[in-house]
Amino acid sequence: MRLIIENTAADVGFWAAKYIKRKILDFNPGPDKYFTLGLPTGSTPMGTYQKLIEFYKAGKLSFKYVKTFNMDEYCDIPRDHPESYHSFMWNHLFKHIDIEPENAHLLDGNAPDLDKECEEYERKIVQAGGIQLFLGGIGPDGHIAFNEPGSSLVSRTRVKTLAQETIIANARFFGGDIAKVPTRALTVGVGTVMDAKEVMILITGAHKAYALHKAIEGGVSHMFTVSAFQMHKNTIFVCDEDATMELKVKTVKYFKGLHNLHEKLIEEKL
Amino acid sequence: MPGREGFIYQYRNCVILRDHKLQKEDLWVRDGKIINPEKLFYVEKKKADIQINCHGSIIAPGYIDIQINGGFGRDFSETDDIVEDVKFVAKSLLEFGVTSFCPTLVTSSREMYKKIVPFVKKQNGSSDGAGILGLHLEGPFISKEKKGAHNEANIKDFKNGFRDVEEMYCHNFDNVAIVTIAPELERCSEVINELFNRGIKVSIGHSGANLVTGETAIQQGANMITHLFNAMLPFHHRDPCLIGLLTSNQIPTERTVFYGLIADGIHTHPSALRIAYRVHPKGMILITDAISAMGLPTGKHHLGNQSIEIQGKRATIAGTNTLCGSIAKMDYCVRNLLKNADCGPEFALEAASLHPAQALGIAGSKGTLDYDTDADFLLLNQDLNVLATYIAGNKVWDSGNVPGL
Repeated sequence: MRLIIENTAADVGFWAAKYIKRKILDFNPGPDKYFTLGLPTGSTPMGTYQKLIEFYKAGKLSFKYVKTFNMDEYCDIPRDHPESYHSFMWNHLFKHIDIEPENAHLLDGNAPDLDKECEEYERKIVQAGGIQLFLGGIGPDGHIAFNEPGSSLVSRTRVKTLAQETIIANARFFGGDIAKVPTRALTVGVGTVMDAKEVMILITGAHKAYALHKAIEGGVSHMFTVSAFQMHKNTIFVCDEDATMELKVKTVKYFKGLHNLHEKLIEEKL
Repeated sequence: MPGREGFIYQYRNCVILRDHKLQKEDLWVRDGKIINPEKLFYVEKKKADIQINCHGSIIAPGYIDIQINGGFGRDFSETDDIVEDVKFVAKSLLEFGVTSFCPTLVTSSREMYKKIVPFVKKQNGSSDGAGILGLHLEGPFISKEKKGAHNEANIKDFKNGFRDVEEMYCHNFDNVAIVTIAPELERCSEVINELFNRGIKVSIGHSGANLVTGETAIQQGANMITHLFNAMLPFHHRDPCLIGLLTSNQIPTERTVFYGLIADGIHTHPSALRIAYRVHPKGMILITDAISAMGLPTGKHHLGNQSIEIQGKRATIAGTNTLCGSIAKMDYCVRNLLKNADCGPEFALEAASLHPAQALGIAGSKGTLDYDTDADFLLLNQDLNVLATYIAGNKVWDSGNVPGL
């Protein structure tokens, strides 16, 4: 794996956005060749999205030939509920850029047949040529998307019941009222993300430090589903100083020493 | 230029008034309505056909003037061709941000009502002029003691109840939006009730009523006060009279008492304006109560059988210091309210759009920039000067100051 250690959460967002821009531009997408991006929601990627929007507004990056697949969506709340992931993506990314509406894919948590919806989603990903780069975050319990502890590491897109810890963590978006938080969600599986050509996980904040430690310094375990990416050929973890608090000094020093190499990954080409 | 059917217009680089706040959001319009872009993106999977750069302008709902007696030399109460006069004024108002209005008739003779009431139809606005929401019949059922500038000879009561009202207005209520009456008149309950049942808004004004009489009228269905402070008894601490309605505890909680206010800096003292604003902001409606001289240049004018002199912002009877009515434009009133009430631009804009729409019961389609409402809106600069006026999504007036519009 690559472990990029930046100073602050804002720096993490900037690094990740630059990397995504570089990957899209290198790919040189066109009408017959779309760049497919997997996307998360939550506070962690917001800085990245802001920077991507700035790149678009400055004319440095277009999303015209980019297809996106979001990781997850709640069940049982309306598409336009202020806390739905449809709302999040519209407000924090889609409404500010030039992506074609038919290329922005999200799971429909209100589909009449949820299992069929999940199967369809997997099929759409295959049809789009697979995912070039899957961006993700990490939960405090080490989960990716809604793949809660105990989820199979070869799982596919499916309905999941949310763990208590996740519901508590999300209550802040529902007025602090746990009773209002949805209890089910549709989520891509660990296996679905593993199929991507490249995976980039963003981790910021001291409250994620233990999860990061388990994810990269522990073994592969379905109790910390992000650890599955130790088995992926192209994984990048991007974190801030605070998130390194539970890592060995040795780990941090080694990866900080690769700083120049990491800068080359995002440098602007002429 | 009319918009193309089905075309989606995205107004960008602007600040819009929504949910009572000015927010940096785009405004999306299709087929004369404001639409929800999130729904467009996810459900219809469509994008904008045309993007318009607003260069940082404020976008607010079009102004609604519910009390205006004429303007630009035309007088709605003294006319041989009311349709033509209303049309002329409707077109002239676009420049001042008014997208809908209620042509107002002061106390008149039955002969005049016969010439006017059946002929002024409610209609949508267009490039031909602001929309007509219905007549505001300010009289003749008012108090002689509080007639203001109305002709005493034409003031009437309704001793025979609603029959007298029907007779006076030629049995034609289809074109009427508001009736101003004095609630102390005998058989008033019956009249208010009948008007209420016909969906006509009752406004209390030109009245010497005390507070209890006013409260009774509100409980029976009246919902607004005609030009607060003017043509009514002044505030008294043992009987606040109609002004006391602003803080009355006898009003059912789900109802709001609205009040028209002329914020031209002349007909309402700024301190009185501030009292009303601080005490009952939700109810404030800006009106012009403009007379025929509004919009005419400085100097002497002969209007009807009057000689009027316009100097600066004041219109007086020629050769005297007597004010003869207001000549302020609606957009000026909005700016003046902002300056004098310390209320913030959002409130000043809503007092001229949302509140009148609520008072008329049409806030589901007018007076806001909510999704699925009529796309009547204004582009304004930071000082709330009108840059462009739109009705049903079509640009109907342009100051020429916004490049590329």
